[in-house]
Amino acid sequence: MADASGTKSMSIIVTKGTLDWAYPPMILSTTAAAMGLNVTLFFTFYGLTLLLKNPGLRMSPLGNPAMKMPMMGGHMGMPNFMSMIPGVDAGASLMMKDMMKKKGVATFEELRSLAIESDVRLIACQMTMDLFEYTLDDMIPGIELGGAATYIEVATQSDINLFI
Amino acid sequence: MADQTLDAKGLNCPLPILKAKKAIMALPAGGTLEVLATDPGAVKDFAAFSRTTGHEIIEQSTEGNVFRFVLKRKA
Repeated sequence: MADASGTKSMSIIVTKGTLDWAYPPMILSTTAAAMGLNVTLFFTFYGLTLLLKNPGLRMSPLGNPAMKMPMMGGHMGMPNFMSMIPGVDAGASLMMKDMMKKKGVATFEELRSLAIESDVRLIACQMTMDLFEYTLDDMIPGIELGGAATYIEVATQSDINLFI
Repeated sequence: MADQTLDAKGLNCPLPILKAKKAIMALPAGGTLEVLATDPGAVKDFAAFSRTTGHEIIEQSTEGNVFRFVLKRKA
């Protein structure tokens, strides 16, 4: 629901912390903020990774047959057993980052900075912070802590609520 | 002639929009911003950005693979 000034709002529950899944919440939140919406992101479980000072994001082709990389004019997936070989996931992550750079896609860190700059509200789930033994010192500055009720209150006041 | 030009060539979604938003907010109301982009998604995205924010697209053209928009900051 738009607030008294007519400003619309969006919330996203961010539950994933791999390189590929880090993008959708960051792209949507920065774009919504640029389009004048008030945006809140609620980070829970592996999504907390995205708030770490050094997130060191990676992805894995393991169990992901849809991850086919452009190669030699076609698209190639990777058999699951390959992911067990040390260095393969790290290599795939580097390949993805390199491909993104070549295609003019923003880095995750760049989008996160833009989100902070455009006043996107970042809430870390208190329960999962405790569960994984993270402290505020591990996280980038400017984040808030909150629980389910904090999120639900935001959601009842938002025009768009997403779960990623 | 637009008051400012933003070269967003080579940048992919959503960077042209994010940079355009920053640049347009640095202009006074009624100021104009020319954006150059090569992201093929920019045509639809700038139209949606304009409809949602009220910053009007007053000129639009394509030269080769470069899309050009002139946005006017909402009063």
